[in-house]
Amino acid sequence: MQDGLKKTIARVVLGLSASLPFVQGAAAVQPLQSIGKGEGVLNVVAWEGYAQDDWVKPFEAATGCQVHAKYAGSSDEMVALMRSGGGSQYDVVSASGDATLRLIYGHNVQPINIALIPAWKNFIPQLQGPDFNTVKGVHYGVSYEWGPNTLLYSTKTFPTAPTSWSVIYDAKYKGQITVPDNPIQIADAALYLSKTQPSLGITDPYELNQTQMDAAVALLKSQAGLIKKYWALASDEIQLFTSGDAVVGAAWPYQTNTLQAAKVAVADTIPTEGATGWADTWMVAAKAPHPNCAYEWINWVTTPKVQAQQAIYFGETPANTLACKEMDEQQPGSCAQYHANAPASYFDSIKFWKTPLPDCGNGKHDCLDYAAWQREWQSIKG
Amino acid sequence: MQRFLSAFGWRHEGAANAALLGLPAIWFACLYLAAIGALLITSFWTVDSLSGDLIPGFSFTNFQQLLADPTYTKIGLRTIGIAAAVTITDIVLAWPVAFAMVRLAGPRLRAALMAMVMVPLWSSYLARVYAWRLILAHDGLLNWALAEIGLPGLHIGYSNWAMWIVFSYLWLPFMILPVAAAVERIPPSLLEASADLGEHGFATFRRVILPMALPGMVAGAIFTFSLTLGDYVTPMLVGGEGSDFIGNVVYANVGVTNNIPFAAAYAVLPLGVMGVFLLVARRMGAFDAL
Repeated sequence: MQDGLKKTIARVVLGLSASLPFVQGAAAVQPLQSIGKGEGVLNVVAWEGYAQDDWVKPFEAATGCQVHAKYAGSSDEMVALMRSGGGSQYDVVSASGDATLRLIYGHNVQPINIALIPAWKNFIPQLQGPDFNTVKGVHYGVSYEWGPNTLLYSTKTFPTAPTSWSVIYDAKYKGQITVPDNPIQIADAALYLSKTQPSLGITDPYELNQTQMDAAVALLKSQAGLIKKYWALASDEIQLFTSGDAVVGAAWPYQTNTLQAAKVAVADTIPTEGATGWADTWMVAAKAPHPNCAYEWINWVTTPKVQAQQAIYFGETPANTLACKEMDEQQPGSCAQYHANAPASYFDSIKFWKTPLPDCGNGKHDCLDYAAWQREWQSIKG
Repeated sequence: MQRFLSAFGWRHEGAANAALLGLPAIWFACLYLAAIGALLITSFWTVDSLSGDLIPGFSFTNFQQLLADPTYTKIGLRTIGIAAAVTITDIVLAWPVAFAMVRLAGPRLRAALMAMVMVPLWSSYLARVYAWRLILAHDGLLNWALAEIGLPGLHIGYSNWAMWIVFSYLWLPFMILPVAAAVERIPPSLLEASADLGEHGFATFRRVILPMALPGMVAGAIFTFSLTLGDYVTPMLVGGEGSDFIGNVVYANVGVTNNIPFAAAYAVLPLGVMGVFLLVARRMGAFDAL
């Protein structure tokens, strides 16, 4: 009987936490009331390209917080790093939408006192309290930058831009395709299938039931034989395109910028099926050893100047609307190029990464959770 | 004090041995056996998929998942298969070098050969793997050389072929050294006796040298096989699609997806494989040669 009772309680708690995630976590840590003196050190977990000297050095000089950056290759790795060593090794993390909820549910991050972040009021409305970092009105992070996952191609192989994601599933390019080694890549296949096979009824590429998942897995398994390499770090993909081992693949604008700067004949595009994308959030670890430096850092990187530097460097769009003018000053035309002045409809057209949960969002609970996505991804890679 | 200790040790031999062996024994028990014990215990635990917390307990879930999904069987067989292929390749490559070094070369050439075998071990493992990545890439040294002599290019960069080549290169010194040591130990008088009894060179090699050097080969095979079996960096850097090793699955589950119990369960496989391998190796006298 005890076991039965335990299971029932577990089920209730699980059900509640899926709908009201804060039943378990909210009370744990109180947000910082005011920013005190910096602790002299800041340990950062970030995407490659998010802790560049251009804005880290001035930050260190201005605040005295020495930055130690650790780059992660995937959202999973970010979550694992933030949980490593009891969760007290790192202060801040640039988590994407597919990691934020896992960090919140896992009690790995602390609530943010948004009153201490002056730039926040200038954010685009969609990123002031998005549901991937703000739950029941409590902010668990500060939005940073966002952008689409793009189709990267060699302009030697493709004189005109491909218009469909079908090229990365096309046997014609066997052995010359590269995609990220990341379970969330399944969503890219699901997005493609939602347009090419409407009968599957995929409305959200992150909410897949078993039938829809099977279709996506079948597509990705047929793609596996065509793949040159599943890239783990952005630098892997850059080398693959530089050496000519890959001619088409899924990428971030960062790779395009780096390759074009090195005079490699590549370009990128968003095909007609649309794109998945990321919206990143700076979050502070629940047991952050240097919370004052963490707030100083968030305030530093949300200033229009750093927002613009980051946007131009990585090829993404800043959350702070005041960054547009800065961008054009740093590189004329970059505000429009990176969509910093785009209408809200552009933001809404991108399917942002989020954590797959059993709750399908349509009243049904037959969607696959992230653990299932991981297992499927391993079976795709073989 | 010093004099007292040495006198005490001389009179009580057992105590002296215990003192000498005590520290390594404690090290072995605490660090080595405890780590394996922790691994085995953890493999029966599970993880809460939402919060990522470990749930201690006793469940066969991880092992059931490993057996139910053919992916993990495939990855296990791939790892063992490539480890075996690398071992055989290294045995074949090591023989001429080891034999020439010990039996044919004069003292100077011998020292030079020995240095050439050892020098790569002084440089970073990663640097050597990256070097191979550049050699085998689409526009790399290999294809450039092939084009120069009018042959079509090979597309073996980022593939299982690349892994086989790189592993065979990386662990070759670990095969050459024990084989050379084993060949050196064969008394020349036996070879002369074989010749006196009318055997030709190849028959002598097959019936005298090879059996006597077998323990050396098996000792080398322990290195090449176990080093390949446990590697995950080379598959990550030079592997292509379908190149994951057991180590990559373990790495992905620990470092990337935070499912430590599942990783522990899978890590039991190489442990078992090495156990069997070492038992067979002992039978073949590998430990007499070490």
